[in-house]
Amino acid sequence: MVCRSHILICNGTGCVASKSPEIMAKLNEHLAANGIEKEVKIVKTGCFGLCEKGPIMVIYPEGATYCHVSPDDVEEIVNEHLVKGRIVKRLLLGDKDAEDVAKSLENVGFFARQQRVALRNCGVINPENIDEYIARDGYAALAKAVTEMTPQQVIDEIKKSGLRGRGGAGFPTGLKWQFAAQEVNDQKYVCCNADEGDPGAFMDRSVLEGDPHTVLEAMAIAGYAIGSNQGYIYVRAEYPIAVQRLKIAIDQAREYGLLGKNIFGTNFSFDVDIRLGAGAFVCGEETALMTSIEGKRGEPRTRPPFPAVKGLWEKPTILNNVETYANIPMILLKGAEWFASIGTEKSKGTKVFAVGGNINNTGLVEIPMGTTLREVIYDIGGGIPKGKAFKAAQTGGPSGGCIPAQHLDTPIDYDNLIALGSMMGSGGLIVMDEDNCMVDIAKFFLEFTVDESCGKCPPCRIGTKRMHEILERITEGKGEEGDIEKLETLAESIKQGALCGLGQTAPNPVLSTLRYFRDEYEAHVKEKRCPAGVCKAMLNFSIIPEKCKGCSLCAKKCPVGAISGEIKKPYVIDTAKCIKCGVCMDSCKFAAIEKK
Amino acid sequence: MSEFVTLTIDGKEVKAPKGSTVLEAARSAGINIPTLCFLKDINEIGACRMCIVDVGARSFQAACMYPVSEGLKVITNSPKIRETRKVTLELILSSHEKKCLTCVRSKNCELQTLAKELNIKDIRFEGELQNYPIDDLSHSVVRDPNKCVLCRRCVSVCKNVQTVSAIDTMGRGYKTIVASPFHMPLKDTPCVNCGQCIVACPVGALREKSSVEKVWEALSNKDLHVVVQTAPAVRAGLGEEFDYPVGTRVTGKMVTALKMLGFAKVFDTDTAADLTIMEEGTELVDRIKNNGKLPLITSCSPGWIKFCEHFYPDMLDNLSTCKSPQNMFGAVLKSYYAEKMGIDPAKIFVVSVMPCTAKKYEAERPELASTGYPDIDEVLTTRELAEMIKEAGIDFKNLEDSQFDDPMGEATGAGVIFGATGGVMEAALRSVPYLLTGKDDDNVDIKVVRGVETVKEAEVEVNGIKIKAAVVHGLGNARKLLDKIKAGEAEYHFVEVMACPGGCVNGGGQPIQPASVRFDLDLRAERAKALYEEDQGSTMRRSHQNPRVLKMYEEYFEKPGGHKSHKLLHTHYVARENYPENLE
Repeated sequence: MVCRSHILICNGTGCVASKSPEIMAKLNEHLAANGIEKEVKIVKTGCFGLCEKGPIMVIYPEGATYCHVSPDDVEEIVNEHLVKGRIVKRLLLGDKDAEDVAKSLENVGFFARQQRVALRNCGVINPENIDEYIARDGYAALAKAVTEMTPQQVIDEIKKSGLRGRGGAGFPTGLKWQFAAQEVNDQKYVCCNADEGDPGAFMDRSVLEGDPHTVLEAMAIAGYAIGSNQGYIYVRAEYPIAVQRLKIAIDQAREYGLLGKNIFGTNFSFDVDIRLGAGAFVCGEETALMTSIEGKRGEPRTRPPFPAVKGLWEKPTILNNVETYANIPMILLKGAEWFASIGTEKSKGTKVFAVGGNINNTGLVEIPMGTTLREVIYDIGGGIPKGKAFKAAQTGGPSGGCIPAQHLDTPIDYDNLIALGSMMGSGGLIVMDEDNCMVDIAKFFLEFTVDESCGKCPPCRIGTKRMHEILERITEGKGEEGDIEKLETLAESIKQGALCGLGQTAPNPVLSTLRYFRDEYEAHVKEKRCPAGVCKAMLNFSIIPEKCKGCSLCAKKCPVGAISGEIKKPYVIDTAKCIKCGVCMDSCKFAAIEKK
Repeated sequence: MSEFVTLTIDGKEVKAPKGSTVLEAARSAGINIPTLCFLKDINEIGACRMCIVDVGARSFQAACMYPVSEGLKVITNSPKIRETRKVTLELILSSHEKKCLTCVRSKNCELQTLAKELNIKDIRFEGELQNYPIDDLSHSVVRDPNKCVLCRRCVSVCKNVQTVSAIDTMGRGYKTIVASPFHMPLKDTPCVNCGQCIVACPVGALREKSSVEKVWEALSNKDLHVVVQTAPAVRAGLGEEFDYPVGTRVTGKMVTALKMLGFAKVFDTDTAADLTIMEEGTELVDRIKNNGKLPLITSCSPGWIKFCEHFYPDMLDNLSTCKSPQNMFGAVLKSYYAEKMGIDPAKIFVVSVMPCTAKKYEAERPELASTGYPDIDEVLTTRELAEMIKEAGIDFKNLEDSQFDDPMGEATGAGVIFGATGGVMEAALRSVPYLLTGKDDDNVDIKVVRGVETVKEAEVEVNGIKIKAAVVHGLGNARKLLDKIKAGEAEYHFVEVMACPGGCVNGGGQPIQPASVRFDLDLRAERAKALYEEDQGSTMRRSHQNPRVLKMYEEYFEKPGGHKSHKLLHTHYVARENYPENLE
């Protein structure tokens, strides 16, 4: 049936949380009330990426992109846009007064600089409908692989594309497949790492929610390439929508014969099962992940043997990340040369980043490798709120580091980020401005690793704990001479001595902040001062008498009664009582309160 | 023949078998790499990071796990490696409760040794310590998590070797702890009290529940007649506590020391072992002749008994009803001996010295009190006996030898070998022909059942009756064999099971040897040798020849399997649930 209008509405986790299912229900209701339910089709899609502005709704053929849609807006959208053909300008994304208000998605600033390969179907198709995936060339790459290519040709194509693992370490994917392919064994496994755990990172979730079939297709291709008939997707239980859509996708693929026995009438058989992770960060480490799939306590083990030789249940296994898989079908369809034409010399293709922190457009962006941080933060991300100054970008999550302003123009790729003391990681990108204390940031990430260390090796188990204790001391104004050097000694030994990647990279947030912001550490330790005004133990709130009008508002707001004075005369803060909550400062209309 | 590869370690060319590790290659070349979590064949997980070496990879690698390869270049000693190891060790020390002076493992602590070896002079990174409760509710094993270094040797031995899994790592990060399920006291878990975790522990986080004070108290009580029996394996282990080489038999000095400690009589559990053979052999013959439940499975090892009660409750009828030699002896002492000597059994206090922690639990079993008094009053491990000897200021090495006391001081070689895996079986097979036919055969040395191989089988034919026997040691191995028997894949008349790998000589109550010693030496084999030597030198090598035992039957028990025997020397078992259904 041909419809005159299509409404795409985001059903990613973020938009679902801000009521997109309710919006859909209302849409159905109002379309029916106007008798146009058969003329307009509602498509439930995955994530558009612009999570900051969700729920997102796009209405075609106009291509009007509405943001911050609430269920209360639905009646107006239906009556105005769909019945009368008048675009609801107030909900439009971007320039509401521009001539051509109905900018297509591609022309909205946020999307204009992006190049969507892994996210190509996210926000475009209904992830719960395999036909929509197939309509977008879905499973064509698998068909091509199993009917026209030898396994070695598939591996060669992936190798030639230059694709590197998107989970963090950036190991060449084709090489990994080659290692597993050359093992002789009657049973091999293909695993998908969907145990996305970096704080703030959600690109894998979005792919699984928005385009689950691409992962299944790629895993089947990998199975064909290495000679495996069984795949496992290890996905965290905290991603219920992703799990649900994966289940639907697996069922549909089995029904269509795209998973199961004799795929495309060939001798190749492949099936996929889901395994739920219980939320341990370390289970994103490959050996820990496989140990967890085996039903044991999720802990890493030493390598060698590498999984390609002895992985899941001691069988040759490949493990790739969700985003890595999402690139595979496109490489086979468009060719390795096409893929390799994107990006930098050693980092090919695109990379998805989850951009967060102090930035206007929080969300998911996919950019060609080699794009600079400045472009991501200012051109795509819309810059920093309230005109604050950029201080640093944190990439690579708890394993990564901070990149300061002087490196804003560095092209983003695996090797450049490592050279800067950070890493690509899975693609979390947290923007920090002048109000962020770098010691505090380092402490935050270390607290995460302290909690998430599996406890197997002492450098990580005890070392990160001791580092965190030192950082706590420093941020509480109890830092001692020599603490910074102790941090460095510990960091170096943990890097060298820890068993797995989690431990080896755990000191990175400290090392990189020490590298670029050592003066901040020294101010904390030597002067007992937090330059960014974050570490409360070292702050004192006081009222500037010249500015205070004696309005008493701060005294009324203070939760502990620490502020006193006479009306129309300057008030004073009793620092002994003050709990440094900052309520007075927020409430003062005359900027008469300072902290230092 | 295994293939060899050539690698370079610290500039030295080393040949090593393919498949071996850098640690093995280095040690064979005389290069010592420190280890902590590594325990050969038991715990090889590369967790503690003490053995890190530079193999040219991005980070240092654990030598205990890293495989050798042709042309591999390894550096084991560089400023950076030394510093990294030191920092790691200081971190471990920073989280360890350092009450070394009063620690049971003082001077036999691998952490202490390592700190000395790595020249630790200062702990730079002190911080928060853990404060966990100590679990001392078990009759056998005390766990102190505050001293635990999380090396996981105990976990591996419990989970992989014994397949009991009473403990495992729980929690994450700094809060990681080795604990029982739901943090239940060990006594409420299927822990079989074998104590293998204790002898695996490099530090003082695991120890036996001490009976030393209670024994001192009894010895100073003038109203009590305090006697002691020592199991065969004790004499093969005790010397290690006094710096004798592993496998040195110190029977005579041990007896002297026990007398000096004040025991009224010092008896040899071997006598009861001979008695056990008479009873158990008779039971076997009876079951074979009368279509009884087969295979008959030995019941000497209390760790094994509890294991069977938890995991194979459907096989309890296969267990021999014989009490263990320890408890047979206790019952004899409080009945026959009491009567013979004219001592009120209420005043007899029986101490046994055992290579075993499970014996402490066995002594507490309420059903093992057939005289109306507990068969056994207190159990000391070999280690505890050494503590008492030292505490009493006895110069052990310079002691004269003495003999065990009568009227139960005589034993056969068959009783002695009870302490090694296969020993009970060999002793039984030496007597079964006699018990079946009244005549001995020519077989005394039944070597097929000796040694540390996991499963050993033997077949003897007596008067046309074929007796198929199997010997298994270590509960994981027992589990495999029992599963085979249950599945009908294996059929035996008689099975010997010992809970501990190697049997009692390697029991959980024996002296603790560090991983470095266990790297080169198989304690099981070395200590067993001491027992087989004694057997070889014995004039009597068959239990049914023991005149003391025969006299006991004549004077008291009448005949093996008789009425009095059943009352005093036999017992019964209970099926145990693994975990309580209603957890609080």
